[in-house]
Amino acid sequence: MILSWAMSILRVSTPLIFASLGGLMSERSGVINIALEGLMLIGAFTAAVVALMTHSPYLGLMAAIVAGALGGLFYAFCVLKLKANQIISGTAINLLAMGMIPLILKILYGSTGATPNLEMNERFLSFPLVLLVFICALIFALFKYTHLGLWISFSGEHPDALESAGISSDKIRWFALTCSGILASIGGASVSIYLSSGYSRNMIGGRGFMSLAAMILGRWRPKTTVLACLFFGLCDVIQMRLQSANLSIALPTQLIQIIPYLMTLIVLTGLVGKSIAPKALGK
Amino acid sequence: MKNKFLISVLWSFLFTLSSFAFALQAATNSAAKVPIRVGLILDKGGKDDKSFNSAAYLGATLAEKELGIQLKYIEATDDAAIETMMRSFAQKKYDLVIGIGFAMTDAVKKVSPLFPEVKFALIDAEVPGANVTSLLFEEHQGSYLVGALAAMNSKNKKVGFLGGMDVPLIHRFQMGYEAGAKSIDPKIAVIINYVGVDSSAWNNPAKAKELSLTQYRSGVDVIFGAAGASNNGLFDAVEETKKLAIGVDSNQNWVKPGLVLTSMLKRVDVAVLEVIKETNSGKFKAGTVRFGLKDKGIDYAVDQYNSKFFTAETSKKMEKIKQDIIAGKIKVPDYYKK
Repeated sequence: MILSWAMSILRVSTPLIFASLGGLMSERSGVINIALEGLMLIGAFTAAVVALMTHSPYLGLMAAIVAGALGGLFYAFCVLKLKANQIISGTAINLLAMGMIPLILKILYGSTGATPNLEMNERFLSFPLVLLVFICALIFALFKYTHLGLWISFSGEHPDALESAGISSDKIRWFALTCSGILASIGGASVSIYLSSGYSRNMIGGRGFMSLAAMILGRWRPKTTVLACLFFGLCDVIQMRLQSANLSIALPTQLIQIIPYLMTLIVLTGLVGKSIAPKALGK
Repeated sequence: MKNKFLISVLWSFLFTLSSFAFALQAATNSAAKVPIRVGLILDKGGKDDKSFNSAAYLGATLAEKELGIQLKYIEATDDAAIETMMRSFAQKKYDLVIGIGFAMTDAVKKVSPLFPEVKFALIDAEVPGANVTSLLFEEHQGSYLVGALAAMNSKNKKVGFLGGMDVPLIHRFQMGYEAGAKSIDPKIAVIINYVGVDSSAWNNPAKAKELSLTQYRSGVDVIFGAAGASNNGLFDAVEETKKLAIGVDSNQNWVKPGLVLTSMLKRVDVAVLEVIKETNSGKFKAGTVRFGLKDKGIDYAVDQYNSKFFTAETSKKMEKIKQDIIAGKIKVPDYYKK
């Protein structure tokens, strides 16, 4: 019983955790990343297509990582090299992903809606959970113990101080955005080749934005961000299970679904505790 | 040298051949009367949902082949775009514009009075108008039948229902299904889940899979999925748990052979083909058409993938229930008339 709840929560939050850690990498380095949704779509799509072609989910995941890195680099090129507005470029990437994917699908499979279905041996049954633990540990360690983590934080708080220490904050941001793209893309891949069997139109369905909200609720710290994702997952699972439970009082399940967003708003407005965004975020 | 010559001869031959082919095609086209132009607007699930929209698309392409009509289809990417799409078809003077799904209702209501010379067909909802035909299905009857079949195949006395978007239409499926299951065993438990409350629920296989897994793990044997493209999540779950699922709208028995008990057929393909045929021969009739068990607009699918579930006894029972519903001996509760 408890195990089945725990597994449900883990599965539902897996894509959120990957993507929100991606968002965290980017925002801690001082760049707003609203493109998470688009990057997740790219990851979901690439993973499904390559897994279909090669019959291996591992190769699908690798391809998603490459595609995510390219996506992250492209975003970095827009906002760091061309100094484009971060919100607008992020939105543009989201729209681009939504528009490009049906086009490529049409060329590949003659349909704009979905890829063919993956067989059971062409998709993951549990590997993403292992990867999840590994990535979480990696990110915790990065920010806790390494110089690189410190530089990323400084790039988001006091880029001038970093520059005066002889380290280019731009280079740090290029790196952080690439990682961000990779993580978001893995999150997307976990939706298409782990939680379901193939890509279907806009299947990310707002998970990218939910990840952003989780990151804000987690106040831009790795541990709390992961907890926030798990909390989002918990709310979703409660909502799913309550639907089919025979309760004596009729409780609208939608009420439970709005709790995460309500909490995010409360944290953002600073009613409870202080919202501590990186100082140089968006600058 | 010789090779080059050969190639050039071959090329010129091919060109002549293809131009002949084109000329021939053009000639046959102009000989027949001008084909009508049909605009088909599919719902969010898209033409490859293997279910509701796939059926509509199948009907329209069949008409294209049989009647030589000109078909253009669009998939509604978001609900706000539907009216614009419909308007643009009408403005280009398409003869017939077909809206697939209740999400098109408002658009038909608004656009149809403005273009009286264009014919409109709407599936799953009713809109009055001299140039509108509303094509409705008696989903509750078919759901009752598959509900009965689900109950016959449930060892744990627990069956499940997975709806897509939480809307009256899907409640109609649910109500019929529950009644059907309870007709076999009044004490049977029916577990009900909906994927979501907005139209993204038709395309969220990840969540549908999670809901199905939860149901199967709680002891449910059979789940009836009425969730558009989200049904793919149900089929993934049934593959992993080796329980049973029931498909919807199109025949989905082939998706997971041996694990899909049956599919409740809603012959949107037949309805679309019929309305195109009628318009093509100038016999378009405004008003409401209802498809049910009697005219096989609603049915359950039996084919080589699920025949093992249909023993002589089961087939006889199912046929009897079907005839009783048609004859009015069994009154299936209808959510629309509640």
